[in-house]
Amino acid sequence: MASSVLSLPSATPSASLSSYEINKGKLNLGNTSLCFNKEKTNPFIKTKSFGRISMVLTSNVSRFEGITMAPPDPILGVSEAFKADNHELKLNLGVGAYRTEELKPYVLNVVKKYLPIEGLAAFNKVTAELLFGADNPVIKKQRVATVQGLSGTGSLRLAAALIERYFPGAKVLISSPTWGNHKNIFNDAGVPWSEYRYYDPKTVGLDFEGMIADIKAASDGSFILLHGCAHNPTGIDPTPEQWGIIADVIQEKNHIPFFDIAYQGFASGSLDADAASVRMFVARGMEVIAAQSYSKNLGLYAERIGAINVVCSSPDAAGRVKSQLKRIARPMYSNPPVHGARIVANIVGDSALFKEWNAEMEMMAGRIKNVRHKLFDSLSSKDKSGKDWSFVLKQIGMFSFTGLNKVQCDNMTNKWHVYMTKDGRISLAGLSLAKCEYLADAIIDSYHNVS
Amino acid sequence: MRPEFTSSSSSSSPTDRRLSALVRHLATSSPMMEFQTTVTFSPTSGFYGDSVFSHVVRAPEDPILGVTVAYNKDPSPVKLNLGVGAYRTEEGKPLVLNVVRKAEQMLVNDRSRVKEYLPIVGLADFNELSAKLIFGADSPAIRENRVTTVQCLSGTGSLRVGAEFLARHYHQRPIYIPQPTWGNHPKIFTLSGLSVKTYRYYDPATRGLNFQGLLEDLGSAPSGSIVLLHACAHNPTGVDPTLQQWEQIRRLMRSKALLPFFDSAYQGFASGSLDADAMSVRMFVADGGECFVAQSYAKNMGLNGERVGALSVVCKTADVASKVESQLKLVIRPMFSNPPIHGASIVATILKDRNMYNEWTIELKAMADRIISMRQKLFDALRARGTPGDWSHIIKQIGMFTFTGLNSKQVAFMTKEYHIYMTADGRISMAGLSSKTVPHLADAIHAAVSRMS
Repeated sequence: MASSVLSLPSATPSASLSSYEINKGKLNLGNTSLCFNKEKTNPFIKTKSFGRISMVLTSNVSRFEGITMAPPDPILGVSEAFKADNHELKLNLGVGAYRTEELKPYVLNVVKKYLPIEGLAAFNKVTAELLFGADNPVIKKQRVATVQGLSGTGSLRLAAALIERYFPGAKVLISSPTWGNHKNIFNDAGVPWSEYRYYDPKTVGLDFEGMIADIKAASDGSFILLHGCAHNPTGIDPTPEQWGIIADVIQEKNHIPFFDIAYQGFASGSLDADAASVRMFVARGMEVIAAQSYSKNLGLYAERIGAINVVCSSPDAAGRVKSQLKRIARPMYSNPPVHGARIVANIVGDSALFKEWNAEMEMMAGRIKNVRHKLFDSLSSKDKSGKDWSFVLKQIGMFSFTGLNKVQCDNMTNKWHVYMTKDGRISLAGLSLAKCEYLADAIIDSYHNVS
Repeated sequence: MRPEFTSSSSSSSPTDRRLSALVRHLATSSPMMEFQTTVTFSPTSGFYGDSVFSHVVRAPEDPILGVTVAYNKDPSPVKLNLGVGAYRTEEGKPLVLNVVRKAEQMLVNDRSRVKEYLPIVGLADFNELSAKLIFGADSPAIRENRVTTVQCLSGTGSLRVGAEFLARHYHQRPIYIPQPTWGNHPKIFTLSGLSVKTYRYYDPATRGLNFQGLLEDLGSAPSGSIVLLHACAHNPTGVDPTLQQWEQIRRLMRSKALLPFFDSAYQGFASGSLDADAMSVRMFVADGGECFVAQSYAKNMGLNGERVGALSVVCKTADVASKVESQLKLVIRPMFSNPPIHGASIVATILKDRNMYNEWTIELKAMADRIISMRQKLFDALRARGTPGDWSHIIKQIGMFTFTGLNSKQVAFMTKEYHIYMTADGRISMAGLSSKTVPHLADAIHAAVSRMS
């Protein structure tokens, strides 16, 4: 997205350029980019000549006049539209932020209790342990480079910058579809990317053969971006068996697996179970990149807390990689914010709080599972067409890919005041049991009566 | 013609394998590719061969951080850390402002507060109050909606977002930075994609401003170039232009359509007055022209670790400001999506409450006064010892740092013999001094200057 925004020449490109030219005492009439003729008719330029010296008085036009208005963010913009809607039945299924049954934001009890503790080192330690398992040999052998990042986005960005610097020309393969910001991150970091098949609209499930074929076809040594669990936006995850085959292919092709783990604990309710895919790859001795976010699972969205982990084959490599990740962070924001890191370190580092967190995690994931069931039941009972709605149950995590197209999504919003992203994604986290029937009506209407 | 390459095997070096991988990227695909020898092991495997990161070298230690590392290793009881650019009390401890603690407690106690994502541009209150703080509450630019302010990660983050925007939208104009400047500045701008040039600033002969050189260099910069200006308390020299000099700089820059990019990291911390320390910025805004301003609350609110800052862009019209803001969002979203809430909430809480704001100005003035008194004490101590040289620059320079004028040999001597830790360029952080430790530093400087040159 960002890469498609070109800097257009300003409305008065001649404004500053021609003043430059004039100050130099040169007037290049042949220079098409400077159009002296244009400058004559340009109402924004005032010139005065004092003999041989021409001076341009301060132009009244901004040097940024030619900048175009950027489009609103496709995901965050949905919430803005929702806010502007006054309809009483409106529903926000846009942003992936967890809501209670009362559709209120939720601050975890463990987070309320936290006491600040010292340092980022504690955070780096506990975050790696949480992802890989505290007794994982790679941690014991100090083969993991862990650097705190600005939630998932910031951690992905650090890794992308590392790839750009140390693997020039290497491509990242991202799933089709994937989280909308992935492309922006790699574009802005200057890393080329292409897509591997993932979502199969026919089955509303995984196109596994397509995925494997595309990963195989990529040049050796590519980076393969994988969602550790609860794929965003589809909610479709590979089975453990499929993960094994994906790992096989990645090893064959000397690719580097790059995990985005934004929902550890949120998919199944179990922090360990949701880390299984990453741990499988690591157990095979592979070098792995993994970006973590605590926005959803600890509800720390606004604190911007996450981490980038790089599992290397030696502690020496890990030390060097860590030093370079820090070096990338410094001209971006110097050091990461300490507040969120303290919260995480305290909760994960204290066994009582950690237990409490596990329980709250199960509760949040449980609510989403219940909502999925209610929605499935509502759809199945209300829809007489015989359409198979079981994908709602099979998908996992915060999101569901409904299979609705853009026009149908517009109908959801315009007619039913249901806010969602145009790719057909709904956030179950924003749905209450009470609203399932209403949503089912909306989906059925949009699916059957609009095309 | 398909280039020749060997398939991976344990006999080829990591470099060969990496080159092979690169070549395979570039070679056109052909059916022949499918008949390659199957790789028998993975270079990404921990059990065989080298890491894919073998070619990644260790990054050099940050030069300023390195000073603290060395200081920590020193067992001497009289050691002094004057490298750190962070405020310390008379007892040598970090300081959390009382008003900050109060604000934090209010936030924690407020059960209605949630941790939902901030908008991409950050906390609205914070942005509005930050703009008023630097531009003045009655600034016409604010009234006319010509200012866009986005919350960023302290000064560094604000500079980076502004620079990335300029690299994309400002026609490849170079940025001019003063000589010397904060070590991170050239890295921020280079990585943003701007080309970096310098202008003369510090005069070692006078230990003051090389004003003539500054005017000449800015005068010969191509029209429209960006110019980085330290709003007050220049880092690392502590040398600021006078108001009259600022006025000349302003006139010159406006006549050449040079775009000012202010780095304001010490508002209130330099002179003790928030308004006085903002004069340079306000001068440029008063003439109706455009500018960029990066603000940091790391020092003046002691919120170093929370990473609180703001980038403001003052534009000619409200329409342009609105478009610029929309484009700033496109820079921010793929960098960190939205900024962290905690520090900004503390700042907003303080700035919007009359009593807390007043309390803050008092605590801020106390910090600034302590540093000014350290300057005076050090100057007096050197005079009392009859240390050769003119040391008046110590009391003329302003802000956290003093450029002593000591050379690297003298600095090394002071570290070895007196356990004084400072950066090799002779910069000392006055914030790291106390009344008790000034005599020790004065002794060290005296010895260094007398025995070495």
